[in-house]
Amino acid sequence: MIVKIIEFIGSIAERPALGLGRIILLLFSILRWMVRPPFDFRNILTQMATIGVNSLPVVLITAVFTGMVLALQSYTGFKRFGAEGFVGSVVALSMTRELGPVLSAIIVTGRAGAAMAAEIGTMRVTEQIDALETMATNPIQYLIVPRFISGLIMLPALTVITDVVGIMGGYFVTVILLGTSSSGYMRATWDYLQLGDIYSGLIKACFFGAAFTLICCYKGFYAQGGAEGVGKATTGAVVYSSMTILISDYFLSAWLFR
Amino acid sequence: MKVIEIIDLHKSFDDNYVLRGVNLEVKKGESLVIIGGSGSGKSVLLKHIIGLMRPDRGKVIIDSVDLASLDEDGLNEIRKKFGMLFQSAALFDSMTVWENVGFGLRRHTNLSDEEIKEIAIQKLNMVGLVGVEDLMPSELSGGMRKRVGLARAIAMEPEILLYDEPTTGLDPIMADAINDLIIKMRETLSVTSVTITHDMRSAYKIADTIAMLYNGVIIEKGTPDEIRNSDNPVVRQFIEGRAEGPISLEGIER
Repeated sequence: MIVKIIEFIGSIAERPALGLGRIILLLFSILRWMVRPPFDFRNILTQMATIGVNSLPVVLITAVFTGMVLALQSYTGFKRFGAEGFVGSVVALSMTRELGPVLSAIIVTGRAGAAMAAEIGTMRVTEQIDALETMATNPIQYLIVPRFISGLIMLPALTVITDVVGIMGGYFVTVILLGTSSSGYMRATWDYLQLGDIYSGLIKACFFGAAFTLICCYKGFYAQGGAEGVGKATTGAVVYSSMTILISDYFLSAWLFR
Repeated sequence: MKVIEIIDLHKSFDDNYVLRGVNLEVKKGESLVIIGGSGSGKSVLLKHIIGLMRPDRGKVIIDSVDLASLDEDGLNEIRKKFGMLFQSAALFDSMTVWENVGFGLRRHTNLSDEEIKEIAIQKLNMVGLVGVEDLMPSELSGGMRKRVGLARAIAMEPEILLYDEPTTGLDPIMADAINDLIIKMRETLSVTSVTITHDMRSAYKIADTIAMLYNGVIIEKGTPDEIRNSDNPVVRQFIEGRAEGPISLEGIER
Protein backbone atom coordinates (compact mmCIF):
# COMPACT_ATOMS: atom_id res chain seq x y z
CA MET A 1 0.00 0.00 0.00
CA ILE A 2 2.66 2.50 1.04
CA VAL A 3 4.77 1.53 -1.94
CA LYS A 4 1.77 2.16 -4.21
CA ILE A 5 1.28 5.64 -2.75
CA ILE A 6 4.95 6.49 -3.15
CA GLU A 7 4.87 5.18 -6.72
CA PHE A 8 1.81 7.30 -7.43
CA ILE A 9 3.44 10.45 -6.05
CA GLY A 10 6.59 9.63 -8.01
CA SER A 11 4.67 9.19 -11.25
CA ILE A 12 3.03 12.59 -10.80
CA ALA A 13 6.24 14.34 -9.77
CA GLU A 14 8.50 12.82 -12.41
CA ARG A 15 7.60 14.99 -15.37
CA PRO A 16 7.54 18.38 -13.65
CA ALA A 17 10.82 17.52 -11.93
CA LEU A 18 12.37 16.55 -15.27
CA GLY A 19 11.09 19.75 -16.87
CA LEU A 20 12.35 21.92 -14.04
CA GLY A 21 15.77 20.26 -14.15
CA ARG A 22 16.04 20.75 -17.89
CA ILE A 23 14.98 24.37 -17.79
CA ILE A 24 17.56 25.15 -15.09
CA LEU A 25 20.25 23.43 -17.15
CA LEU A 26 19.12 25.44 -20.17
CA LEU A 27 19.41 28.65 -18.16
CA PHE A 28 22.98 27.78 -17.18
CA SER A 29 23.82 26.97 -20.81
CA ILE A 30 22.39 30.31 -21.91
CA LEU A 31 24.44 32.20 -19.31
CA ARG A 32 27.57 30.31 -20.34
CA TRP A 33 27.07 30.92 -24.08
CA MET A 34 26.12 34.58 -23.52
CA VAL A 35 29.69 35.50 -22.64
CA ARG A 36 31.41 33.47 -25.35
CA PRO A 37 32.28 34.77 -28.82
CA PRO A 38 31.18 35.01 -31.60
CA PHE A 39 28.70 37.72 -30.59
CA ASP A 40 25.93 37.82 -33.12
CA PHE A 41 24.90 41.48 -32.96
CA ARG A 42 22.93 41.29 -36.18
CA ASN A 43 20.80 38.50 -34.76
CA ILE A 44 20.35 40.30 -31.43
CA LEU A 45 19.14 43.46 -33.23
CA THR A 46 16.67 41.43 -35.29
CA GLN A 47 15.27 39.87 -32.14
CA MET A 48 15.10 43.21 -30.38
CA ALA A 49 13.02 44.50 -33.26
CA THR A 50 10.74 41.45 -33.13
CA ILE A 51 10.24 41.50 -29.38
CA GLY A 52 10.30 45.24 -28.78
CA VAL A 53 9.55 47.40 -31.78
CA ASN A 54 6.96 45.12 -33.34
CA SER A 55 5.12 44.79 -30.03
CA LEU A 56 4.94 48.55 -29.61
CA PRO A 57 1.52 49.27 -31.22
CA VAL A 58 -0.37 46.70 -29.17
CA VAL A 59 1.52 47.63 -26.00
CA LEU A 60 0.72 51.33 -26.56
CA ILE A 61 -2.98 50.71 -27.06
CA THR A 62 -3.17 48.48 -24.00
CA ALA A 63 -1.26 50.98 -21.89
CA VAL A 64 -3.33 54.01 -22.83
CA PHE A 65 -6.64 52.24 -22.20
CA THR A 66 -5.43 50.73 -18.95
CA GLY A 67 -4.40 54.18 -17.71
CA MET A 68 -7.77 55.54 -18.84
CA VAL A 69 -9.91 52.90 -17.15
CA LEU A 70 -7.80 53.08 -14.02
CA ALA A 71 -8.41 56.84 -13.81
CA LEU A 72 -12.11 56.46 -14.54
CA GLN A 73 -12.63 53.77 -11.90
CA SER A 74 -10.60 55.47 -9.20
CA TYR A 75 -12.25 58.79 -9.92
CA THR A 76 -15.77 57.44 -9.50
CA GLY A 77 -14.72 55.40 -6.48
CA PHE A 78 -12.72 58.12 -4.77
CA LYS A 79 -15.41 60.69 -5.35
CA ARG A 80 -17.56 58.88 -2.77
CA PHE A 81 -15.24 59.97 -0.02
CA GLY A 82 -13.96 63.12 -1.62
CA ALA A 83 -10.52 61.87 -2.57
CA GLU A 84 -10.61 62.65 -6.32
CA GLY A 85 -7.36 64.52 -5.90
CA PHE A 86 -5.49 61.24 -5.52
CA VAL A 87 -6.41 59.79 -8.91
CA GLY A 88 -3.09 60.87 -10.39
CA SER A 89 -1.17 59.13 -7.61
CA VAL A 90 -3.13 55.93 -7.99
CA VAL A 91 -2.58 55.81 -11.73
CA ALA A 92 1.14 56.62 -11.45
CA LEU A 93 1.84 54.13 -8.66
CA SER A 94 -0.23 51.34 -10.22
CA MET A 95 1.35 51.78 -13.62
CA THR A 96 4.99 51.99 -12.53
CA ARG A 97 4.94 49.40 -9.76
CA GLU A 98 2.55 46.86 -11.16
CA LEU A 99 0.68 47.25 -14.41
CA GLY A 100 3.51 48.56 -16.59
CA PRO A 101 5.78 45.52 -16.19
CA VAL A 102 3.04 42.89 -15.87
CA LEU A 103 0.89 44.06 -18.78
CA SER A 104 3.79 44.50 -21.17
CA ALA A 105 5.18 41.09 -20.16
CA ILE A 106 1.85 39.34 -20.72
CA ILE A 107 1.31 41.04 -24.07
CA VAL A 108 4.83 40.38 -25.31
CA THR A 109 4.50 36.75 -24.22
CA GLY A 110 1.31 36.36 -26.24
CA ARG A 111 2.85 38.01 -29.26
CA ALA A 112 6.57 37.37 -29.41
CA GLY A 113 6.80 34.46 -26.95
CA ALA A 114 4.28 32.34 -28.82
CA ALA A 115 6.04 33.08 -32.10
CA MET A 116 9.37 32.16 -30.50
CA ALA A 117 8.12 28.79 -29.29
CA ALA A 118 6.47 28.05 -32.63
CA GLU A 119 9.53 29.05 -34.67
CA ILE A 120 12.06 27.14 -32.58
CA GLY A 121 9.67 24.18 -32.30
CA THR A 122 9.25 24.05 -36.07
CA MET A 123 13.01 24.24 -36.48
CA ARG A 124 13.32 21.29 -34.09
CA VAL A 125 10.80 19.03 -35.82
CA THR A 126 12.07 19.85 -39.33
CA GLU A 127 15.69 19.03 -38.37
CA GLN A 128 16.83 22.64 -38.79
CA ILE A 129 18.33 22.55 -35.28
CA ASP A 130 20.24 19.38 -36.19
CA ALA A 131 21.41 21.17 -39.33
CA LEU A 132 22.74 24.04 -37.20
CA GLU A 133 24.73 21.58 -35.12
CA THR A 134 26.17 19.83 -38.16
CA MET A 135 27.41 23.23 -39.28
CA ALA A 136 29.36 23.59 -36.03
CA THR A 137 26.90 26.12 -34.63
CA ASN A 138 25.60 25.73 -31.10
CA PRO A 139 21.80 26.14 -31.33
CA ILE A 140 21.55 27.59 -27.83
CA GLN A 141 24.08 30.27 -28.69
CA TYR A 142 22.60 30.95 -32.12
CA LEU A 143 18.86 30.72 -31.41
CA ILE A 144 18.24 31.23 -27.71
CA VAL A 145 20.92 33.65 -26.47
CA PRO A 146 19.87 36.52 -28.81
CA ARG A 147 16.23 36.10 -27.79
CA PHE A 148 17.12 35.97 -24.11
CA ILE A 149 19.24 39.13 -24.31
CA SER A 150 16.53 40.92 -26.29
CA GLY A 151 13.88 39.97 -23.71
CA LEU A 152 16.12 41.22 -20.95
CA ILE A 153 16.64 44.59 -22.66
CA MET A 154 13.36 45.21 -24.44
CA LEU A 155 10.89 44.42 -21.69
CA PRO A 156 12.18 47.18 -19.38
CA ALA A 157 12.21 49.51 -22.39
CA LEU A 158 8.58 48.68 -23.16
CA THR A 159 7.73 49.08 -19.50
CA VAL A 160 9.04 52.65 -19.46
CA ILE A 161 6.86 53.44 -22.46
CA THR A 162 3.86 51.72 -20.87
CA ASP A 163 4.33 53.74 -17.68
CA VAL A 164 4.44 57.06 -19.50
CA VAL A 165 1.57 56.29 -21.86
CA GLY A 166 -0.58 54.89 -19.06
CA ILE A 167 -0.09 58.06 -17.01
CA MET A 168 -0.98 60.11 -20.10
CA GLY A 169 -4.15 58.04 -20.54
CA GLY A 170 -5.06 58.75 -16.92
CA TYR A 171 -4.41 62.45 -17.48
CA PHE A 172 -6.64 62.46 -20.55
CA VAL A 173 -9.61 60.95 -18.69
CA THR A 174 -9.21 62.86 -15.43
CA VAL A 175 -8.35 66.26 -16.81
CA ILE A 176 -9.88 66.43 -20.26
CA LEU A 177 -12.95 64.19 -19.94
CA LEU A 178 -13.80 64.67 -16.28
CA GLY A 179 -12.61 68.24 -16.14
CA THR A 180 -10.44 68.30 -13.02
CA SER A 181 -7.45 70.60 -12.85
CA SER A 182 -4.36 69.76 -14.83
CA SER A 183 -1.92 71.01 -12.23
CA GLY A 184 -3.73 69.03 -9.52
CA TYR A 185 -3.33 65.79 -11.49
CA MET A 186 0.32 66.42 -12.19
CA ARG A 187 1.02 67.31 -8.57
CA ALA A 188 -0.74 64.15 -7.40
CA THR A 189 1.39 62.18 -9.83
CA TRP A 190 4.73 63.67 -8.83
CA ASP A 191 4.21 64.12 -5.12
CA TYR A 192 3.81 60.47 -4.30
CA LEU A 193 5.88 58.86 -7.03
CA GLN A 194 9.38 57.89 -5.97
CA LEU A 195 12.28 56.73 -8.06
CA GLY A 196 12.12 53.43 -6.20
CA ASP A 197 8.66 52.76 -7.67
CA ILE A 198 10.05 53.07 -11.16
CA TYR A 199 13.19 51.03 -10.42
CA SER A 200 11.27 48.21 -8.82
CA GLY A 201 8.98 48.06 -11.84
CA LEU A 202 12.00 47.85 -14.12
CA ILE A 203 13.59 45.09 -12.03
CA LYS A 204 10.37 43.14 -12.40
CA ALA A 205 10.40 43.78 -16.14
CA CYS A 206 13.95 42.42 -16.44
CA PHE A 207 12.93 39.30 -14.54
CA PHE A 208 9.80 38.82 -16.66
CA GLY A 209 11.80 39.35 -19.86
CA ALA A 210 14.26 36.66 -18.86
CA ALA A 211 11.52 34.31 -17.64
CA PHE A 212 9.27 34.40 -20.68
CA THR A 213 12.10 34.06 -23.21
CA LEU A 214 13.55 31.17 -21.22
CA ILE A 215 10.23 29.33 -20.98
CA CYS A 216 9.15 29.96 -24.57
CA CYS A 217 12.55 28.96 -25.99
CA TYR A 218 12.64 25.91 -23.75
CA LYS A 219 9.20 24.76 -24.91
CA GLY A 220 10.15 25.20 -28.56
CA PHE A 221 13.59 23.66 -28.18
CA TYR A 222 12.23 20.44 -26.70
CA ALA A 223 9.19 20.20 -28.98
CA GLN A 224 8.66 16.85 -30.62
CA GLY A 225 6.20 15.08 -32.85
CA GLY A 226 5.44 17.27 -35.86
CA ALA A 227 2.79 19.97 -36.18
CA GLU A 228 0.84 18.77 -33.15
CA GLY A 229 3.97 18.93 -31.01
CA VAL A 230 4.68 22.47 -32.13
CA GLY A 231 1.09 23.45 -31.29
CA LYS A 232 1.37 21.95 -27.83
CA ALA A 233 4.74 23.62 -27.27
CA THR A 234 3.30 27.00 -28.23
CA THR A 235 0.27 26.66 -25.97
CA GLY A 236 2.45 25.45 -23.11
CA ALA A 237 4.88 28.30 -23.66
CA VAL A 238 2.20 30.98 -23.35
CA VAL A 239 0.39 29.32 -20.41
CA TYR A 240 3.51 28.64 -18.34
CA SER A 241 5.08 32.02 -19.12
CA SER A 242 1.92 33.91 -18.13
CA MET A 243 1.55 31.89 -14.95
CA THR A 244 5.20 32.40 -14.07
CA ILE A 245 4.87 36.14 -14.64
CA LEU A 246 1.77 36.49 -12.46
CA ILE A 247 2.96 34.23 -9.66
CA SER A 248 6.49 35.62 -9.51
CA ASP A 249 5.01 39.12 -9.59
CA TYR A 250 3.55 38.58 -6.13
CA PHE A 251 6.81 37.31 -4.69
CA LEU A 252 8.88 39.98 -6.41
CA SER A 253 6.53 42.65 -5.05
CA ALA A 254 6.73 41.20 -1.56
CA TRP A 255 10.51 41.28 -1.81
CA LEU A 256 10.92 44.66 -3.50
CA PHE A 257 8.42 46.56 -1.33
CA ARG A 258 9.38 45.10 2.06
CA MET B 1 43.25 4.99 -44.58
CA LYS B 2 40.18 4.77 -42.38
CA VAL B 3 38.25 8.03 -42.13
CA ILE B 4 35.31 6.72 -40.15
CA GLU B 5 35.45 3.81 -37.76
CA ILE B 6 32.51 2.59 -35.71
CA ILE B 7 33.22 0.01 -33.03
CA ASP B 8 30.53 -1.97 -31.21
CA LEU B 9 28.01 0.88 -31.18
CA HIS B 10 24.95 0.45 -28.95
CA LYS B 11 22.04 2.85 -28.56
CA SER B 12 18.59 2.52 -27.08
CA PHE B 13 15.69 4.89 -26.49
CA ASP B 14 13.65 3.90 -23.43
CA ASP B 15 12.64 0.31 -24.24
CA ASN B 16 13.59 0.51 -27.89
CA TYR B 17 17.01 -1.10 -28.41
CA VAL B 18 17.92 0.35 -31.81
CA LEU B 19 21.63 -0.27 -32.38
CA ARG B 20 23.00 -3.49 -30.92
CA GLY B 21 26.69 -3.52 -31.71
CA VAL B 22 27.35 -1.90 -35.08
CA ASN B 23 30.86 -2.28 -36.50
CA LEU B 24 31.69 -0.37 -39.64
CA GLU B 25 34.57 1.40 -41.31
CA VAL B 26 34.81 3.78 -44.23
CA LYS B 27 38.03 4.38 -46.13
CA LYS B 28 39.14 7.71 -47.55
CA GLY B 29 37.34 8.48 -50.79
CA GLU B 30 34.95 5.57 -50.41
CA SER B 31 31.21 5.85 -51.00
CA LEU B 32 29.42 3.70 -48.46
CA VAL B 33 25.67 3.17 -48.68
CA ILE B 34 23.81 1.84 -45.65
CA ILE B 35 20.54 0.16 -46.54
CA GLY B 36 17.82 -1.02 -44.21
CA GLY B 37 14.09 -0.80 -43.60
CA SER B 38 12.22 2.08 -42.05
CA GLY B 39 12.90 2.20 -38.33
CA SER B 40 16.01 0.01 -38.61
CA GLY B 41 18.17 2.73 -37.03
CA LYS B 42 19.89 4.07 -40.15
CA SER B 43 19.28 7.70 -39.23
CA VAL B 44 20.36 7.05 -35.64
CA LEU B 45 23.61 5.56 -36.97
CA LEU B 46 24.19 8.58 -39.22
CA LYS B 47 23.54 10.97 -36.33
CA HIS B 48 26.20 9.19 -34.29
CA ILE B 49 28.77 9.67 -37.02
CA ILE B 50 28.46 13.46 -36.83
CA GLY B 51 28.07 13.53 -33.05
CA LEU B 52 24.43 14.62 -32.92
CA MET B 53 23.84 11.61 -30.67
CA ARG B 54 26.11 10.05 -28.08
CA PRO B 55 26.47 6.26 -27.97
CA ASP B 56 25.34 4.25 -24.92
CA ARG B 57 28.31 1.97 -25.52
CA GLY B 58 31.00 1.70 -28.20
CA LYS B 59 33.03 4.21 -30.14
CA VAL B 60 32.80 6.47 -33.15
CA ILE B 61 36.24 7.42 -34.46
CA ILE B 62 36.69 10.13 -37.09
CA ASP B 63 40.21 10.61 -38.50
CA SER B 64 41.65 8.69 -35.50
CA VAL B 65 39.79 10.90 -32.97
CA ASP B 66 37.26 9.31 -30.63
CA LEU B 67 34.23 11.61 -30.59
CA ALA B 68 33.50 10.71 -26.96
CA SER B 69 36.82 12.29 -25.92
CA LEU B 70 35.87 15.69 -27.34
CA ASP B 71 34.22 18.65 -25.65
CA GLU B 72 31.78 20.95 -27.48
CA ASP B 73 34.58 22.95 -29.16
CA GLY B 74 36.45 19.85 -30.24
CA LEU B 75 33.28 18.37 -31.64
CA ASN B 76 32.59 21.55 -33.58
CA GLU B 77 36.10 21.43 -35.06
CA ILE B 78 35.45 17.86 -36.24
CA ARG B 79 32.05 18.86 -37.61
CA LYS B 80 33.69 21.36 -39.93
CA LYS B 81 35.02 18.35 -41.85
CA PHE B 82 31.45 17.27 -42.53
CA GLY B 83 28.65 18.30 -44.81
CA MET B 84 25.24 16.78 -44.33
CA LEU B 85 22.21 16.64 -46.58
CA PHE B 86 19.04 16.06 -44.57
CA GLN B 87 16.07 14.03 -45.72
CA SER B 88 13.80 17.08 -45.69
CA ALA B 89 16.74 19.32 -46.72
CA ALA B 90 16.27 21.19 -43.37
CA LEU B 91 16.78 24.58 -45.01
CA PHE B 92 16.45 27.55 -42.66
CA ASP B 93 13.12 28.95 -43.76
CA SER B 94 13.77 32.42 -42.37
CA MET B 95 16.71 32.93 -44.74
CA THR B 96 17.08 33.27 -48.49
CA VAL B 97 18.64 30.49 -50.53
CA TRP B 98 22.08 32.12 -50.69
CA GLU B 99 22.06 32.85 -46.95
CA ASN B 100 21.31 29.18 -46.38
CA VAL B 101 24.17 28.08 -48.57
CA GLY B 102 26.51 30.66 -47.05
CA PHE B 103 25.49 29.98 -43.45
CA GLY B 104 28.65 28.12 -42.48
CA LEU B 105 30.85 30.70 -44.22
CA ARG B 106 29.13 33.52 -42.38
CA ARG B 107 29.60 31.78 -39.03
CA HIS B 108 33.13 30.50 -39.44
CA THR B 109 34.96 32.86 -41.79
CA ASN B 110 35.51 36.60 -42.01
CA LEU B 111 34.31 36.90 -45.59
CA SER B 112 32.06 39.81 -46.52
CA ASP B 113 28.43 39.22 -47.51
CA GLU B 114 29.26 39.95 -51.15
CA GLU B 115 32.01 37.32 -51.18
CA ILE B 116 29.77 34.79 -49.42
CA LYS B 117 26.97 35.37 -51.90
CA GLU B 118 29.40 34.87 -54.76
CA ILE B 119 30.57 31.54 -53.32
CA ALA B 120 26.97 30.51 -52.66
CA ILE B 121 26.02 31.22 -56.28
CA GLN B 122 28.99 29.18 -57.46
CA LYS B 123 27.97 26.23 -55.25
CA LEU B 124 24.39 26.54 -56.45
CA ASN B 125 25.63 26.39 -60.04
CA MET B 126 27.53 23.22 -59.16
CA VAL B 127 24.27 21.52 -58.21
CA GLY B 128 22.59 22.84 -61.33
CA LEU B 129 20.66 25.77 -59.90
CA VAL B 130 20.81 29.19 -61.53
CA GLY B 131 19.04 32.38 -60.51
CA VAL B 132 17.44 31.05 -57.32
CA GLU B 133 19.79 32.69 -54.82
CA ASP B 134 17.38 35.41 -53.71
CA LEU B 135 14.34 33.15 -53.36
CA MET B 136 13.07 31.86 -50.03
CA PRO B 137 13.13 28.07 -49.42
CA SER B 138 9.30 27.97 -49.36
CA GLU B 139 9.30 29.04 -53.02
CA LEU B 140 11.27 25.97 -54.14
CA SER B 141 10.12 22.51 -55.24
CA GLY B 142 11.19 19.39 -53.33
CA GLY B 143 13.98 18.56 -55.75
CA MET B 144 15.30 22.10 -55.72
CA ARG B 145 15.28 22.16 -51.91
CA LYS B 146 17.39 19.01 -51.85
CA ARG B 147 19.83 20.57 -54.27
CA VAL B 148 20.06 23.74 -52.18
CA GLY B 149 20.65 21.46 -49.18
CA LEU B 150 23.45 19.81 -51.11
CA ALA B 151 24.95 23.17 -52.07
CA ARG B 152 24.87 24.12 -48.38
CA ALA B 153 26.51 20.83 -47.43
CA ILE B 154 29.43 21.41 -49.83
CA ALA B 155 29.82 25.14 -49.16
CA MET B 156 32.55 24.68 -46.55
CA GLU B 157 34.39 22.16 -48.76
CA PRO B 158 33.99 19.19 -46.42
CA GLU B 159 36.01 16.00 -46.48
CA ILE B 160 33.05 13.81 -45.59
CA LEU B 161 29.51 14.09 -46.94
CA LEU B 162 26.57 12.45 -45.21
CA TYR B 163 23.36 11.90 -47.14
CA ASP B 164 20.14 11.08 -45.27
CA GLU B 165 17.74 9.45 -47.74
CA PRO B 166 18.73 11.76 -50.60
CA THR B 167 16.20 10.42 -53.11
CA THR B 168 13.19 9.90 -50.84
CA GLY B 169 10.11 11.83 -51.86
CA LEU B 170 11.39 12.73 -55.33
CA ASP B 171 10.09 11.61 -58.72
CA PRO B 172 12.29 8.97 -60.43
CA ILE B 173 13.90 11.44 -62.82
CA MET B 174 14.76 13.94 -60.09
CA ALA B 175 15.97 11.05 -57.92
CA ASP B 176 18.35 9.98 -60.65
CA ALA B 177 19.54 13.55 -61.10
CA ILE B 178 20.37 13.62 -57.39
CA ASN B 179 22.25 10.31 -57.78
CA ASP B 180 24.28 11.86 -60.61
CA LEU B 181 25.02 14.85 -58.40
CA ILE B 182 26.23 12.61 -55.59
CA ILE B 183 28.59 10.88 -58.03
CA LYS B 184 29.71 14.23 -59.40
CA MET B 185 30.44 15.53 -55.88
CA ARG B 186 32.64 12.53 -55.25
CA GLU B 187 34.50 12.87 -58.52
CA THR B 188 35.04 16.62 -58.42
CA LEU B 189 35.54 17.11 -54.67
CA SER B 190 37.03 13.65 -53.90
CA VAL B 191 35.04 13.39 -50.69
CA THR B 192 34.30 10.36 -48.56
CA SER B 193 30.57 9.79 -48.36
CA VAL B 194 28.06 7.86 -46.28
CA THR B 195 24.52 7.57 -47.59
CA ILE B 196 21.56 5.96 -45.93
CA THR B 197 18.71 4.92 -48.16
CA HIS B 198 16.14 2.24 -48.90
CA ASP B 199 16.15 3.09 -52.59
CA MET B 200 18.06 0.16 -54.15
CA ARG B 201 18.43 1.77 -57.58
CA SER B 202 20.18 4.68 -55.94
CA ALA B 203 22.29 2.39 -53.75
CA TYR B 204 23.59 0.36 -56.72
CA LYS B 205 24.36 3.51 -58.64
CA ILE B 206 26.29 5.54 -56.08
CA ALA B 207 27.92 2.92 -53.84
CA ASP B 208 31.43 1.48 -53.74
CA THR B 209 30.29 -0.53 -50.75
CA ILE B 210 26.82 -1.39 -49.50
CA ALA B 211 26.14 -2.40 -45.90
CA MET B 212 22.80 -3.66 -44.67
CA LEU B 213 21.58 -2.74 -41.20
CA TYR B 214 19.06 -5.17 -39.72
CA ASN B 215 18.01 -5.75 -36.10
CA GLY B 216 20.60 -3.24 -34.91
CA VAL B 217 23.66 -4.85 -36.54
CA ILE B 218 25.35 -4.85 -39.94
CA ILE B 219 24.37 -8.23 -41.37
CA GLU B 220 26.10 -7.97 -44.73
CA LYS B 221 28.66 -5.72 -46.36
CA GLY B 222 30.06 -5.86 -49.86
CA THR B 223 30.30 -4.30 -53.31
CA PRO B 224 27.03 -3.65 -55.14
CA ASP B 225 27.61 -6.87 -57.13
CA GLU B 226 28.22 -8.91 -54.00
CA ILE B 227 25.03 -7.56 -52.43
CA ARG B 228 23.09 -8.22 -55.64
CA ASN B 229 24.22 -11.86 -55.53
CA SER B 230 23.97 -12.34 -51.76
CA ASP B 231 22.33 -15.55 -50.54
CA ASN B 232 21.40 -14.09 -47.16
CA PRO B 233 17.58 -14.43 -47.19
CA VAL B 234 17.11 -11.13 -45.31
CA VAL B 235 19.24 -9.24 -47.81
CA ARG B 236 17.52 -10.94 -50.73
CA GLN B 237 14.08 -10.04 -49.42
CA PHE B 238 15.10 -6.42 -48.95
CA ILE B 239 16.80 -5.84 -52.30
CA GLU B 240 14.00 -7.60 -54.16
CA GLY B 241 11.42 -5.62 -52.19
CA ARG B 242 9.20 -8.56 -51.26
CA ALA B 243 6.67 -8.44 -48.40
CA GLU B 244 7.09 -12.17 -47.76
CA GLY B 245 10.25 -13.36 -46.09
CA PRO B 246 12.18 -13.41 -42.85
CA ILE B 247 11.91 -9.64 -42.23
CA SER B 248 8.92 -9.08 -39.99
CA LEU B 249 6.77 -6.09 -40.81
CA GLU B 250 5.61 -4.29 -37.74
CA GLY B 251 1.86 -4.24 -37.31
CA ILE B 252 1.13 -6.40 -40.35
CA GLU B 253 -0.20 -9.91 -39.74
CA ARG B 254 0.55 -12.57 -42.28
